[in-house]
Amino acid sequence: MVYVRRVVLDVLKPHQPNALEFTRTLASVGDGYRVRLTVVEMDEKTETLELEVEADSIDLEAIESAISSMGASLHSIDQVEVLNQTSDG
Amino acid sequence: MSLLHQAKLLIRISRTNDIVRRYFVVNGFDGALTMLGMIIGFLISATDDYSLILNACLGAAIALGMSGLSSAYISEVAERKRALDKLERAMITDLHDTAHGDAARWVPLWIAVVNGTAPLFISLLILLPIWLSRAGLVMPLSPLYAAILIALVMIFLLGVLLGRIAGISWLRSGVQTMLVAVITAVLIYLFAGL
Repeated sequence: MVYVRRVVLDVLKPHQPNALEFTRTLASVGDGYRVRLTVVEMDEKTETLELEVEADSIDLEAIESAISSMGASLHSIDQVEVLNQTSDG
Repeated sequence: MSLLHQAKLLIRISRTNDIVRRYFVVNGFDGALTMLGMIIGFLISATDDYSLILNACLGAAIALGMSGLSSAYISEVAERKRALDKLERAMITDLHDTAHGDAARWVPLWIAVVNGTAPLFISLLILLPIWLSRAGLVMPLSPLYAAILIALVMIFLLGVLLGRIAGISWLRSGVQTMLVAVITAVLIYLFAGL
């Protein structure tokens, strides 16, 4: 089974919700989700983010859905780390 | 996401708290001052027909409520739509199905309800003694004077609220709004019944 362990995303979001609220909502997508947000660029109404998400198995569709529900848009997936782990049983 | 969490998010992203607070105070003050003016007018007219007083004041209170509700809704819908359009242009995307789109639809309704109910609720509180008196309750004070007293207390409390928001002395702010009520009362006494 292939698990997505880490992704780095390029995201454009409005100023609201703020960075804390934004990352909290993303982290609540699944148990053990670790989200790191860096503001790369700030404009009058928007900000460009580098978003790093780590988990045992990332549900990228759910992350994308949470991003767009807050009015932000995913521009690109810049880094991905996946793991192929076969179960012992 | 729970409904409460969603509602809190919409209020936060639309930065509605300040506007709602402002509308509550402004329109609540309108309601209290209008009722004060009407009741003083009835006092000067020396009428003790409480049904007439109640109907006239209730009519004014409902009209204030409806005016607050409709004017806030219409203006807020226009403002929120304009803000959403600007944000959509900046994001180069349709935000209709996002929290921002939800906020543009629901926040005007929330603001309108506060704007409409504030004068109505405060007016009804002020009219309470007249209501109770008409229902047969004997009060130590004339119901009209009791209503004026409640109106002054409400106006003072709105001033206190303003003082707390501004971070200045609540007493000073309360006295300031009371002063407005006193000036209004003096003007009514001067000009009514001429």
